[in-house]
Amino acid sequence: METPILEMKSITKEFPGVKALDNVTFSVRRGEIHCLVGENGAGKSTLMKVLSGVHPYGTYSGEIFIEGELQKFNGIRDSERAGIAIIYQELALIPELSVYENIFLGNEVTNGVVIDSNESISQAVDILKKVGLDVNPLTKIKNLGVGKQQLIEIAKALKKKVKILILDEPTAALNETDSDNLLRLIRGLKEQGVTCILISHKLREVLEIADTITVLRDGKTVTTLDVQKDKVNEPILIKHMVGRSIENVFPKREKVKVGKELLRLENWSAYSYALGRDILKNVNISVHAGEIVGIAGLMGSGRTELAKSIFGNPDHYRLSGKVFINGVEQKFRGPHDAIKSSMAYVTEDRKGNGLILIEDVKQNITLANLKEITVGGVINENEEILVANKYCSELNIKTPTVQQKVRNLSGGNQQKVSLGKWLFVKPGIMILDEPTRGIDVGAKYEIYTIMNSLVEQGMSIIMISSELPEILGMSDRIYVMSAGKIKGEMPVEEASQESIMALAVDY
Amino acid sequence: MESLKQTKSETGQTESFLDILKANIGQYFMFIALVVIMIFFTITTDGVFISSRNISNLINQMGYIAVLAVGMTLIIVIRHIDLSVGYLAGFLGAFSAIAMTFWGWPVYAVIPAVMIMGILAGMLTATPVAKLGVPAFVSTMAAGLIFRGALLLVTMGTGTIIINDQVFVAIGNDYIPDINLEGFLPGRHKLTLIIGLIGIIFSIFSAIRSRRTKKSYNFQVPSFGLFVAQLVLISALIGYVAWILSGYNGISWSLVILLLVVGVFQFITTKTPLGRHIYAVGGNPEAAELSGISVSKITYIVFGAMGFLSSLSGIMYASRLHSATTTAGLGFETDAIAAAFVGGVSAAGGVGTITGSIIGALVMMSLQSGMNLMGIDISVQYIVRGAVLVLAVVFDRITRRNQ
Ligand SMILES: Nc1ncnc2c1ncn2[C@@H]1O[C@H](COP(=O)(O)OP(=O)(O)OP(=O)(O)O)[C@@H](O)[C@H]1O
Ligand SMILES: [Mg+2]
Repeated sequence: METPILEMKSITKEFPGVKALDNVTFSVRRGEIHCLVGENGAGKSTLMKVLSGVHPYGTYSGEIFIEGELQKFNGIRDSERAGIAIIYQELALIPELSVYENIFLGNEVTNGVVIDSNESISQAVDILKKVGLDVNPLTKIKNLGVGKQQLIEIAKALKKKVKILILDEPTAALNETDSDNLLRLIRGLKEQGVTCILISHKLREVLEIADTITVLRDGKTVTTLDVQKDKVNEPILIKHMVGRSIENVFPKREKVKVGKELLRLENWSAYSYALGRDILKNVNISVHAGEIVGIAGLMGSGRTELAKSIFGNPDHYRLSGKVFINGVEQKFRGPHDAIKSSMAYVTEDRKGNGLILIEDVKQNITLANLKEITVGGVINENEEILVANKYCSELNIKTPTVQQKVRNLSGGNQQKVSLGKWLFVKPGIMILDEPTRGIDVGAKYEIYTIMNSLVEQGMSIIMISSELPEILGMSDRIYVMSAGKIKGEMPVEEASQESIMALAVDY
Repeated sequence: MESLKQTKSETGQTESFLDILKANIGQYFMFIALVVIMIFFTITTDGVFISSRNISNLINQMGYIAVLAVGMTLIIVIRHIDLSVGYLAGFLGAFSAIAMTFWGWPVYAVIPAVMIMGILAGMLTATPVAKLGVPAFVSTMAAGLIFRGALLLVTMGTGTIIINDQVFVAIGNDYIPDINLEGFLPGRHKLTLIIGLIGIIFSIFSAIRSRRTKKSYNFQVPSFGLFVAQLVLISALIGYVAWILSGYNGISWSLVILLLVVGVFQFITTKTPLGRHIYAVGGNPEAAELSGISVSKITYIVFGAMGFLSSLSGIMYASRLHSATTTAGLGFETDAIAAAFVGGVSAAGGVGTITGSIIGALVMMSLQSGMNLMGIDISVQYIVRGAVLVLAVVFDRITRRNQ
């Protein structure tokens, strides 16, 4: 039997109060695509950080062998030298720099003293070709979509000699087209002999692309499956991940009678000074109590901008048109006004503008509604702990205590904290922007169930999502956006992936 | 009975003393460093350093920097810096002197007027920062130049202005009165001891009450032994300080002001929504804004508070010198910023405590006072203080990274 290209033996990694990895064994064959799946906080990212030297030798116990040789990485540079490249859950590109500058960041091509930009650019063109990306290397990163940015991350990794490429949830923020592109690229790399480790919560794509799947649960290896031989399918995978089977991905909801109109936009337009163009054009929508309204569209179609422009306009767009909340026209001066009018907005970018990473779980959960736990001008910290504990158990947030810094939580659990924060505001209208991004199947089900119970209690939910199955599975009514306009509206019964996509790509 | 309850509350993951120490090493470290520095100077000066007279002086000298450090902490917490505070303090000190000496304003009108001017000046400086996103570095440097010019302008005709108002001068130089207890503890300032005792009783009571409430919520509390040890330590500390101070003139008005400022700001930052909002803005301004916190409002409030504290600092300094001079306030901002950083604030925002910065101010002031007593040349003093500043920040970075 051939020696595996990578073997991790009895890896145990502890953080204060958490055993993130407990005697994990993980073995990868040369040239395969090996997927790593498991619930939020199962330890997937941690295992890869151990492998890539982010958690250096000595901070964990166990052994790592690459092509049979014991490795003791002291940092990411060591693992790079051994041919490992990792692309993290969060993109690490610098928005203000150009494509080629980002690709060579930290490894600038010089003629001895100064950066040789001509040489860099011509090399960058070659590298970009490898990932099948046709962009001008001089374009600034911030002007590219997430899908392209993701490919640039990979391009950046590929400029060095890579034996093992690790991708931590690369498709979480991508739409189907971009995801398909990426998966095709990974298959292409496999043909060229690159071994790939892929972490993902999108089980369909996992089954589509993986040769082998390893399931982690609570920091332990549950099983390793050969997709062909073991005839793996979604239910089997879910059972291994969650420990029980989940019948319906989308929980059923009693159709309640749609109540009165809570939110209406009339001829709503927005101009962004920063971008120097119109980002919303004559949007007319209406949302009622007791319904979930899905907003579909491609990345960059203006959905997040729409949410922000309604929610107190923190980016200071120039607005025109009217917002009615509960039938009364409102002019919000900032998000605080929107919150007062019982709105909530769970942002898509939890690290950027959703959470305060250096603060702890309880402080994040109560931040938008401190008055609820304030008595006589003083915050009651004991009540605060109770509140935080309540949401941790309701949303099943995995954290040793509510005093844990949010930074130390796994990606999916951070997302749940963000949701808990806005549930505590007890809003009447809730805007969810990509609510299940990076969330595991079990937790998705829990979040959907919560959404259902909220609308049953008369709340209205606006759900922005790039995942069409989610849009189709959860919404009562769907708006499709493209280029800042509402291209169509349909009840869910009349919608299909095809009909939505047809509108979404119609500029 | 007690032990029964104790085991109950200790079930689950108990934190051992070591764990707590490890988790908070950054916080305790500067305090330990302060104690070490004090012991060092006590030894090298044959006990002069720790004498009542010297400690009392040290505190009075520290007052006008420490109040600035309190404000600067919040400024740095919200990711800004304020380079104007020294000159603002100097200008407001001079303004007080002029108002009292030349215009004949009563001291009780001058002090509130100067405080209001401080607040307004702080908010004015903050306007370009809050409204247009101009870097505070620039805005406050410009304001500093303007205040410096204003100070020179008002002192131009007269040079140094002597202040004769007794009440005003008392702020920086006098001590709280004593009570007369015939024959009891002669040579000691009795009221200081009594206040110390009240302080001890108060902190014991509030600690017990907070522990009770926690238990009533069924939360885990530190073991009884650790709790008692903490109380003993805090009581001993308050007692010792009160004892030392009582050996000279007792508690000075400067110390009263400082304690009030620290008390109020500590309370606001740790217990109130406003405090939370300040730290949230520092931790992630965008997330704070989307959580309904107006970043520009918080910026105004924090700079306004800084302006208020600058006015206090200016009053304390002018009072201490019995005069306003053309160089008053020079370099105060550097000392305040240094104290804040030594005390553990992070320029990345969202991190830093009031008590930490006070400890930082004490460290810097102890170094100065100790080295003066040892007769070390001022040139070496600067070098040592610079080295301590950078070491403290480096240490802070390292412990934070390890967490
Ligand atoms: N630096 C850290 N300090 C403390 N705890 C940590 C740290 N990093 C990770 N953890 C904890 O280790 C556990 C595993 O986290 P990890 O990020 O590996 O999960 P994951 O499987 O990648 O989850 P997700 O799917 O949500 O990304 C979690 O409970 C997390 O809170
Ligand atoms: Mg992860």
